[in-house]
Amino acid sequence: MEFSRLIEILPELNTAFFQTLYMVGVALLVAIVIGLPLGIILYVTDKGFFLENKLVKSVAGVITNLVRSIPFIILLVFLLPLTDTMLGTTIGPTAAAVPLSVAAIPFFARIVESAAREIDKGVIEAAISVGASPWMIIKDIILPEIKPGIISGLTITTISLIGFSAMAGTIGGGGIGDLAIRYGYYRYDDLVMYTTVIVLIVLVQVIQYTGDFIAKSVNKR
Amino acid sequence: MIELQEIEKVYQSKHQKVVGVDNVSLNVNKGEVYGIVGYSGAGKSTLLRCMNILERPTSGAVLVGGVNLLTLPPKALRTARQSIGMIFQGFYLVASKTVFENVAFALKAAGIDKASRKNRVVELLELVGLSDKINHYPAQLSGGQKQRVSIARALANNPKVLLCDEATSSLDPSTTKSILALLKKINKELGITIVVITHEMEVVKEICQRCAVMQDGRIIEEGPVYDIFSDPKEELTKNFIETVLQFSLPEKLLESCKGTLVKLQFRGKLAEEAIVSDMMQGFQVSGNILHGKVEYIQDAPLGIFIMELNGSKEEVEKAIAYLEDRVKQVEVIQDGI
Repeated sequence: MEFSRLIEILPELNTAFFQTLYMVGVALLVAIVIGLPLGIILYVTDKGFFLENKLVKSVAGVITNLVRSIPFIILLVFLLPLTDTMLGTTIGPTAAAVPLSVAAIPFFARIVESAAREIDKGVIEAAISVGASPWMIIKDIILPEIKPGIISGLTITTISLIGFSAMAGTIGGGGIGDLAIRYGYYRYDDLVMYTTVIVLIVLVQVIQYTGDFIAKSVNKR
Repeated sequence: MIELQEIEKVYQSKHQKVVGVDNVSLNVNKGEVYGIVGYSGAGKSTLLRCMNILERPTSGAVLVGGVNLLTLPPKALRTARQSIGMIFQGFYLVASKTVFENVAFALKAAGIDKASRKNRVVELLELVGLSDKINHYPAQLSGGQKQRVSIARALANNPKVLLCDEATSSLDPSTTKSILALLKKINKELGITIVVITHEMEVVKEICQRCAVMQDGRIIEEGPVYDIFSDPKEELTKNFIETVLQFSLPEKLLESCKGTLVKLQFRGKLAEEAIVSDMMQGFQVSGNILHGKVEYIQDAPLGIFIMELNGSKEEVEKAIAYLEDRVKQVEVIQDGI
């Protein structure tokens, strides 16, 4: 009986699973494209660094903190008009990807920044002393040096985003969170809820394990 | 080659100002090895970092090869830095890059094409004796090997000057020796001017021709290393010299000593003359050497001996006068009883 119920909801679970992967994937991509450069900017414009710039540093810093200080559930609602103008809808995984991306950018940027801070300042100075340009230092020194940190950071970001995506599901974003709310919360369907929990646990474990493995294999320290 | 004019570096914080380097002027000649010694906090590292503008002096002029680096726009400064190599106490290699990539980076920074880079890196690693480690990562190397890689990186673009910031301070004595030998070779064979910052007088003795002693941001004494060693003027300099030329006699020996204790210092040619035996033949004294050492500073001998002179008061005085006349540097440590 229980087993056949499971078979019954399997197609829906499958859809929800891929919706989650989709919106997390989009947000992750945006985090890399925008958050990574932002993190580097936060690092190199800081006091005492080779592109020291008080204005850029404080503007970038304030914006980052601003977004980071808004709880995600509020950010979700707050960004509804933006999502609507951008996509013409506020429902579905693509719409959910908008607030997820906005939350992921500063989150990942701070991770990148703190990974970069781990680099010994002397390594940067050694590069300056051979006459390297700022761009070369970023591309050939900082980025390779923080690669393990970036990969661990992506792992952390992905797992946080999966959590956030469940919240996005509550306001019509789809995905596993949506499924759990609809069946587990509104219909007291324990089976679906437990199943989604198990799927999430497995998903997070796999991501963490893979992330750790890759981070370890690129680390040359 | 390097000319510092009235360099001043002031660190200004909200409540106080700290003077790192206080009005220092100095000249490093082409092809020489110049040492700057001092305890930590003396400002020597800051001074060195002013030579390639890793640290921008508050005022003064930094001339390297006749060009004032302080007036250069960023791009020209980067080009100028390619002819000023620098190595550090902490090596500062890029951990995620192999030995090859670490050295090649310096060449890439200078805009050298990929094919030429490869040949040059091989050549450089041969020079520093690390050809077999070309594909290793820094974590797989010992301290001495890491410093060799950083030397190869610093020499990549054929610099005229090499700045060494406590380059051997974190290495063990035998590795220090081999790195110093390498620096010596670089200076001799490639004619590169070297500036060395250190708190180890041994390093200065080993490779420098001239040196300066720094304290509280100022240079308190400067001159040829041999003169500094044989005739230090300042108290701090004497302290530094003592770390290499140490003479402490056991308490017991001093107590049982009846005669007059004199310390003789023989400079250069004098070290080879038979002054002591001349003295003993000319005067009614007997001598007994308690301690003695001949140090070779840049192949020039510096002899230091502590002798006990026995005899009548008159004869001992005459003997000492004779020694003073010939040796110039005689110091009576303890009068006879």
